[in-house]
Amino acid sequence: MINQQNSNRFFFNVDWITILIYVALCGIGFVNIYASIYNPEESTVFNFTTNYGKQLIFIITGLVLGLSILLLDAKFFSIFSPIIYGVTMLLLIVVLVVGRNVGGNQAWIPIGSFRLQPSELAKFGTALLLARYISSFNPKLNTLKPVLIAALIIVIPMCLIMLQPDAGSMLVFLSFMFPLYREGLPGYLLVVFWGMVLLFILNLFLAPWVLISSILAIGGLFIYFNKKKQQRMIMIGVITFAAIGYLFIAKVIFENVLQPHQRTRIELILGLKTDPKGAGYNVNQSKIAIGSGQLTGRGFLEGTQTKYGYVPEQSTDFIFSTIGEEWGFVGCFVVIALYLFLLLRVINLAERQRSSFSRVYGYCVACIIFFHVFINIGMTIGIIPVIGIPLPFISYGGSSLWSFTVLLFIFLKLDSNRMGFI
Amino acid sequence: MDNLFNRKYTIQGLFIVIGLILLGTLFYIQVATDKYFISAESNVLRKIYTFPARGVIFDRNEKALAQNEAVYDLMVIPNQVKRFDTAALCRIINIDMERFNRNFNKASAQSRYQPSIFERQLSIQVYATLSEQLSRFPGFFVQSRTIRHYPDSVAAHFLGYIKEVTKLDIQNSEGYYRSGDYIGKSGVEKSYETLLRGERGVVNMLYDARNVPKGSYAEGRFDTAAVSGDRLISSLDLNLQKLGEELMHNKVGSIVAIEPASGEILTFVSSPSYDPNLMVGRNQGNNYMELLKNPNRVFNIRPIQGYYSPGSSFKPLDALLGLQEGVIDPNTTFNCPGYFKVGGHTVKCEHVDGNIALRKGLARSCNTYACYVFQKLLTQRKFPNQRVAYDAWQKMVKKFGLGEKLGIDLPSERNGRLYDAAYYSGKYSKYWNYGTVISLAIGQGEMDATPLQMANIMAIIANRGYYIKPHLVKAIGKNRVIKKEYVKRNYVDVEARHFESVIDGMQDAVNAPWGTAIQSRIDGILMCGKTGTVQNPRGKNHSVFIGFAPRDNPKIAIAVIVENAGYGSTYAAPMASYIAEQYLRGQLPKNKLAEVEWMKKQVILPAPPKPKVKPKAKDTDSVAPATAAPAPAQVTTNNTTTTSTPIPPPQ
Ligand SMILES: [Zn+2]
Repeated sequence: MINQQNSNRFFFNVDWITILIYVALCGIGFVNIYASIYNPEESTVFNFTTNYGKQLIFIITGLVLGLSILLLDAKFFSIFSPIIYGVTMLLLIVVLVVGRNVGGNQAWIPIGSFRLQPSELAKFGTALLLARYISSFNPKLNTLKPVLIAALIIVIPMCLIMLQPDAGSMLVFLSFMFPLYREGLPGYLLVVFWGMVLLFILNLFLAPWVLISSILAIGGLFIYFNKKKQQRMIMIGVITFAAIGYLFIAKVIFENVLQPHQRTRIELILGLKTDPKGAGYNVNQSKIAIGSGQLTGRGFLEGTQTKYGYVPEQSTDFIFSTIGEEWGFVGCFVVIALYLFLLLRVINLAERQRSSFSRVYGYCVACIIFFHVFINIGMTIGIIPVIGIPLPFISYGGSSLWSFTVLLFIFLKLDSNRMGFI
Repeated sequence: MDNLFNRKYTIQGLFIVIGLILLGTLFYIQVATDKYFISAESNVLRKIYTFPARGVIFDRNEKALAQNEAVYDLMVIPNQVKRFDTAALCRIINIDMERFNRNFNKASAQSRYQPSIFERQLSIQVYATLSEQLSRFPGFFVQSRTIRHYPDSVAAHFLGYIKEVTKLDIQNSEGYYRSGDYIGKSGVEKSYETLLRGERGVVNMLYDARNVPKGSYAEGRFDTAAVSGDRLISSLDLNLQKLGEELMHNKVGSIVAIEPASGEILTFVSSPSYDPNLMVGRNQGNNYMELLKNPNRVFNIRPIQGYYSPGSSFKPLDALLGLQEGVIDPNTTFNCPGYFKVGGHTVKCEHVDGNIALRKGLARSCNTYACYVFQKLLTQRKFPNQRVAYDAWQKMVKKFGLGEKLGIDLPSERNGRLYDAAYYSGKYSKYWNYGTVISLAIGQGEMDATPLQMANIMAIIANRGYYIKPHLVKAIGKNRVIKKEYVKRNYVDVEARHFESVIDGMQDAVNAPWGTAIQSRIDGILMCGKTGTVQNPRGKNHSVFIGFAPRDNPKIAIAVIVENAGYGSTYAAPMASYIAEQYLRGQLPKNKLAEVEWMKKQVILPAPPKPKVKPKAKDTDSVAPATAAPAPAQVTTNNTTTTSTPIPPPQ
């Protein structure tokens, strides 16, 4: 048995593999931010006023921040989680009042030269409270009341963020569904929810007859394979027709209930409407950049799309296009493999926790990172509409890097204390 | 504790599936297709073309006839244009707002992201003002290129002109030309286009997203420099050309002079002419339309397109063919009662000389003599009938370059006109004979020649039996290449000895007291020649002279046609003598200079055509002789409208 003394020593039991992956991703981020900002005509002397210089500062301070979290008592997060949640919600309200409007979103609170983004903080605030709720009350998530309470914890920040409005950050909160699923939320709720989201989107993309006939075909196929089980056949039939009915309702809601500007915004997000200098242009240039990397990439600082500024917002939301262009498929493979390894590792670590608080929090961390990675990379290669959220640890920006660092290192602290009781 | 533990695998499975979807898509766009790679290249790579200087054209003494002058095109990239003071720009380049909008819309329609020409060919002065203030006009820049300049403003028809390519030109060139290029449209500029144009240079430039150049691609490994066009040394003699154009000032017609030994054309005058500089620059279009209004058709290249009956100038050929065929000898005489009669035809003669032999017959231009020779040629026993004999005759005449293009190095040369027996058999059924076509004997009837063909006949006689295709470019490029066809001798199959007695007659025509062109005799130079007074059904006769000088070792063969100017001796012969003397002596004596001055001042232009009286036959080939004269003629000397007096003493 490991004695209490040892478990309280700072770095004892910390999962060094996760920290290694974290450092690797930050390093990859720095190199590619350097390439994104690199201008062949300017001198290449290292300079802290440039964005890559700043990012280095962010990485170092981030590491310091992460290590100092390891110094805190593990019980701190569980005990103070309602207060942390409350403070972050308050900040989400404050930003609506004093926030700086950047690019149509009121998402930042300026503090000196630093810009605080409360929606980033809200992510781990929500994760902490969710973990606290489940660990304290051990609720049965297949009954109505606990589900509603859990949903409330998630929906409050979503609504506040939607007021900014910042659709990208808001959507990330949907990732909390997966930890709840792990804790007993019935699977069919997830299937129905994501099915409805998918159908709503497909409904806008595809012609009605294509969608209806494919739903009928899929339904028919399922009935055929379950022809011996009458009850299932009936259920599948009901679901099929419910889906078709939903299509019509969704269409009616979209066309009659939503305001024209809301409609336009959804259409823009989904890429149904393109203005050549807007989202469509970005994605197209990003795809060209990534595609031109081919197998092994064009080489560090050799990507013409990157060097000559063809991809907008390249150091932040579109940083993956630099990786794709200069490091090719090999580079992309390495980055995605690192993320996958990190995610699977965090889930495995979460499952070895004694306390359900740590486990739920671990799942939250994994799913938030997963959402960011999937949406961001998916966006740069054009399989997901343009939703402006950063690539964890890699995208330029202090606010995003620090909040991901805090998010991850809180979990590492909880994990290092897994034998203790929280 | 719980079966919920298994849900871990569902979630991890989801992560892996999504990861594989991302990698699969990446594999497709990065490895499986190179579509995006190509797009990336075309994003950043622009080919910037540099225009080569067009080849310079020199005269035979290497004085420039056509050279290049820098001009400046104002270019625009529409999507880079920001708000600016449009009125200021209009003021600097001297255009109005309407033109500004038109130009801008045109450029925008071509491309919003690529440069196109906004206003072309700004002068150096405008450029100087503009370049100081160019930074005020974002999206605009200046591109320099060269256009033609013709320092002496001569030889417009020889030079031709260049114009911006049309869509059709681009199509026909299979993509060689690009919008905005220039192409030779007539004259030497056209016939030597592929040599003169040079090769475009190309610079592969990298551009960033805001269209700012970022340096050359691959250290310029794929760039090429522009190569200027080949220089051409023409056969023209600038001084002679100038003299010829001055003499023909305010007259309609041609002067063609050839160096017999080489076939090089020394003078190539087509009148009326124009200043070739009018066909350059921003007003090209307007000037062109203005020139088109001239009723005497400025753009006709009369030396190779004008059709004239050769008239008396054809008579040396009668004699040469007669001698070669053996139907006459130099001493054969015919009786001239003042006419020649055959069947229903009567050919009149201007004199009654009784018995007349070759030498005097040519000197006096005796029609009767020519008709007898023609009769003898077509009634030779060796032919089964006269139609076969006619074909043999036609073939011999053709050897002298009549009835077919000579193959000069200019576009749009015309054939002239000379029919074969089948034509006449068709026209008159089978029953025709030499009498039917007797006008051909005196160079009339259904026979037309261009001034170039007439001059070439003189070159053949001067060479005693051969010619080299007349040409205008004697050396191409640095290595002074000459086309093979322009050094080859073309023999006419008449023995050299037969020429001397014919030349005797032509010498007398200019030098003997009874000659037709005695007034144009040059002291100390034996010029041989033949006057012609070509009937013009639509007006006063054309004045024609053909000849060569000196008699031995000739240096110049010449044909002069002055439309509606009457006798050959009045205008054409003296003009020819000035040209010959100028060329052979390098200058003219004072008294001749005074005559030249007088000649320059003479205005001999046909009256403007009566409106809407057009000949029915539009096909020029079937119209009677002298199709180059469009309307009834009127002769005006200086300020009187009387008939011109024969060559006047200048003082
Ligand atoms: Zn006679």
